[in-house]
Parts: sequence; structure tokens; C-alpha cells
Amino acid sequence: MNKPGIYGVMAEFDSPTALVNATRAVYSHGYKKVDAYTPFPIEELSDILHLHENKLPLIVTLAGIAGGISGYLLQYYITVIYFPLNIGGRPLHSWPSYMIVTFELTILFGCLATFLGMLALCGLPMPYHPVFNVPRFETASRDRFFLCIEATDPLFDRLTTYGFLQTLQAQEVSEVAH
Amino acid sequence: MMTARSLDFSVSSELRDRLRQLRIRAGGIGLLGLIAMIIGAVASPDQFFRSYLWSYIFVFGISAGCLAWLMIQHLTGGAWGVVIRRPAEAATRTLPLLALLFVPIAFGVPSLYQWAHPNIVAADEILQHKRVFLNLQFFLVRAAIYLGGLSLLGWFLNRWSAAQDRQGCTTAHRMMSRLSAPGLIFWGFAVTFISIDWVMSLDPHWFSTMFGLLFVVGQGLSSLAFLIAVLVMLSHSRPMSEILTPRHLHDIGKLLLANVMIWAYFSFSQFLVIWAGNLPAEIPWYQERLRDGWQYVGLLLVLGHFVLPFALLLSRDLKRNFKLLAGIAVFIQCMRAVDVYWLVAPDAAKGPLAVSWLDFATLLGLGGIWLAYFLMQLEKRPLMPQNDIELAEALEHGRR
Repeated sequence: MNKPGIYGVMAEFDSPTALVNATRAVYSHGYKKVDAYTPFPIEELSDILHLHENKLPLIVTLAGIAGGISGYLLQYYITVIYFPLNIGGRPLHSWPSYMIVTFELTILFGCLATFLGMLALCGLPMPYHPVFNVPRFETASRDRFFLCIEATDPLFDRLTTYGFLQTLQAQEVSEVAH
Repeated sequence: MMTARSLDFSVSSELRDRLRQLRIRAGGIGLLGLIAMIIGAVASPDQFFRSYLWSYIFVFGISAGCLAWLMIQHLTGGAWGVVIRRPAEAATRTLPLLALLFVPIAFGVPSLYQWAHPNIVAADEILQHKRVFLNLQFFLVRAAIYLGGLSLLGWFLNRWSAAQDRQGCTTAHRMMSRLSAPGLIFWGFAVTFISIDWVMSLDPHWFSTMFGLLFVVGQGLSSLAFLIAVLVMLSHSRPMSEILTPRHLHDIGKLLLANVMIWAYFSFSQFLVIWAGNLPAEIPWYQERLRDGWQYVGLLLVLGHFVLPFALLLSRDLKRNFKLLAGIAVFIQCMRAVDVYWLVAPDAAKGPLAVSWLDFATLLGLGGIWLAYFLMQLEKRPLMPQNDIELAEALEHGRR
């Protein structure tokens, strides 16, 4: 086993098509800890990398439900327990009047959970990332496409992974130092 | 990669056979319903008119809603608009038939509406003030304007769309989007006034400023659900089996979810304002609908028209699954019928919840005849606008 003092192995491509083909090959080979870096979003890449399957929807749903419940209980506590007030002869527990705040808090909690959950799932803020140790990586925000297999992947092997990436019509393959 | 030229969009012979079978079935059911309706009209005319009004407003909503989606997609563009265009156009070509089917309601006005009885109006000061608007002649003139105007909009859009198919000129495209902007404004007003004339005036004392919007979104929802069901039905055979991708359905599914939410929002807004105001002029409408069995219909709507479809449609995978999305669309369509029933029937019947056999007969009769006519229109033209400027993009959508 050649496990590593490195972050991973990175391949450089000169077209989105080459990157998409390579990513597909890498995935079908069994690698899972893979990430791609492109100057613009490529819809198909998200599908191959299963980026649509993340935990964010679940987090948002749960936060939304929590927001709705807390909004309802807040009003229940105020109008029924803490400061009961007869308004137009209606019952103290008048659920229709609670709905607006309940709805708004559902949305508020959902939005905050979307924002914060997205940051948390992406591991942001991240002041340091090893991929920038590759000198040519700065071209990823201009006209080059990168694919990185990370060392934490169970299939990762410093030599064979390196060799495998070289077979995928990469412009250049390099190791990514920590 | 597909190019527009390599594809033949006309209805394949296999599909033609399936459409014919469906049409015969729908027409047969419609005919049976029609016979039952005629028997009912002779036996109990009052019940017949009430049931007919309900069924008519439900079926009319699908056609008029399709006209709205057609005009919206002419204005916004987009791949989803190109794939729904031909089914939506076929539905707008049924508007003249619906104008014809309005005739029984014109005859039913005295049976349906209190304001058409001079003796009731004479004893009621408020109705005397409303007589300028609520009288038989003006009611019929307005109905003619709505039905004629909407039919005319549909006629122009279909005509130019056919010209675009033949010549491929961009003039047709420009004319269609030019007409669609004022057309949508007319549609909005027409639907609002339709809701006031045909439904709200069943209780001539009651009013709600939200009521028109309930019909706007209701029509949008039932037509969208209908278009999804038609697309999935077409997706089984050529040419649509080679065109439709999960991405198309996903886009339309998102619109369906949005419409389910807007429906809930409008419905609850109307309820909240009237409940909070608790005024004698407004509250009876809800009191009637929250007792004598009607409350269970209301509860069914909260759960079936909002909670269930909302929860299911949140799922991305479900919106990309043709069969499941069509199932939900059909379910929503059933709930639309219940919603229209809840809006129309309590005031028309003035009593506890009692579903009559005529309610089903009119729904099957009108629905069957309408569907058969729709299917006949659908197979008349290619299933995609073959010279549309956005066709190439629509074909590529979700394929790259």
C-alpha cells in the first residue's frame, strides 16, 4: 500500500467533454472521493458526481418544520398562557390567526438552514485548500478543467491512480501536496 | 445530438390508433352521460342545472387555463413551453365547443340565480342596487364577451402557429407574443368576472375580492395537471417518445408545485380575511361550508388539494418520474373537481351535503364529450412546433 503524504492526484484537461468522459471513467472504475474543478458549471458533471444527492434538502425540511412549530408555539404561549386576551369573542387558541407567523418562521428557518447548511456541507469558510498547491490550478478559473482523486478514497494508490489518470487523455497529471 | 430536420413530429400511425381508441371510449362515456343528463333535465331540472354548472365550470377551467399557459409560454419562451404548446393549442381549439355548451346555463339562469327573480329582487334593497349588473340581458352579453373573446384569442394563436409550421417565418412568432401580452390581461379579467358572474352571484349578497384569483390559479392548476397527463400519455409512442426527457417533465412539475402552493395561499388568504373580519355580509359563505357535512369536503381539500401533493411534489425524483408525476396530476385533477364542487354546490343547493347522481352524469357527459373533441383536435397537427425558433433548444434540453 502506498498511502500517502499527499492530498490526491490531479489531472488537467483542455475541454469540458474530455473532463466529463474522464469523470465517467473514474466513477465506473469505482473511485468515489472525486471532485472536478471547472471555470463554469457543467450540468452533466453534477449528475456524474452525484452532486444533486446531498443532505441539504433534508436539513432544510427539518429546519422548516422546526421553524413552523416554534412559530406556532410562540403565539400559543403568548395568546393562551402568558397574556390571554379576548379578541372579538374568539377562542384564545385561534389557529387561523397564528398561520401567518407560523408560515413566515417556516420560511425564515428554511432559508437560514439553506444558507448555513450549504456553507457547512461545503466546509466553508475554508482559508486553505491543497489543490492550490498545483501550480497550474489557477487556470481552473479561466480555460482549464481539473479532476482530482483524493487520497482518502479506499481505492487510492499513489502509483496506480496516477497511472490510471494518465490513460484518460489528460494534458498533465500531478500529485497534490498537503 | 438531435437536429430538428431529422425528426418527423407528426402523429405516428401507432399513436393515431391509440388516440382513436381513447377518443371512442371518451366519446362513448360522454354520450352515455349526455343521455343520463337529458333524462335528469326532464326529471329534476333544478338539480340538473346545478350539476351542469359545476361540471361546466370544471371542464371550462381546463381549456381556459391551457389558453393562459399557451400565452405565458409565448411571452417567456423556454423548453417547457415548446413541448406543451401543441396539447395546449388543441385545448384552446375546444373553446368554441365550450361556448356552445354554455347554452343550457343560459336557459338555467332563473333556476340557478336568485337575482333573476323579479319578486325576490323587489323585496331586497341590496339586490335592487345590484340590478344594473346582475340582470339576465347583461349576464348573457358578458358571457358572450368572455367566451367569444377567449375563443378568438385561441383562434388567432392557432392560426399563426399553423402558419409558422408551413412557412417557418419569424413574423408568426412575433405576432403570437405580441397578442399574448394583452391576451393574458384579457384572460385575467375574463376569468375574474366569470368567477363573479357564474359562481359568486349564486349568493348575490356575498362578495370576496380574492375570489377571482382563486379561479385564476384553479384554472392554471387544472390545465397544467391535464397537460402533464397528456404529455405522459403521448410519451409512450413516437414522436414524443424520442423528444421528452425527464428534464422537461421536471420543469413542468415545478410549475405544478408552485401552483399547488399558490392555490393554498389564495384559499387561505380569503379564509383568514373573512374569518378575522367576521362580518355578517361575508361570514355566512364559510359558515355554510363548514357544517352539514360540507366541512369534511373542506378538510379533504386541505389534505388532498394541498398537503399531500405539496409533500410529494417536493421530491426531485418524483417530478422526473413520468408515471408518478402523471399519477399526481390525475389526483390533483380529481381534487380540482372537488374544489369547484365546494365553491359552487353549497350555494346552488342551499342545504346539507348531498351528492346527486346527476353530478356524476353531467361531469362524465361534459368531460367525455370535451375529451373526445380535444383528442380529435390533438391529432390534427404535428406534436411539436416544427419551425419554432426555440425548437432546437427544447430538443437539446436535458440531453447534453
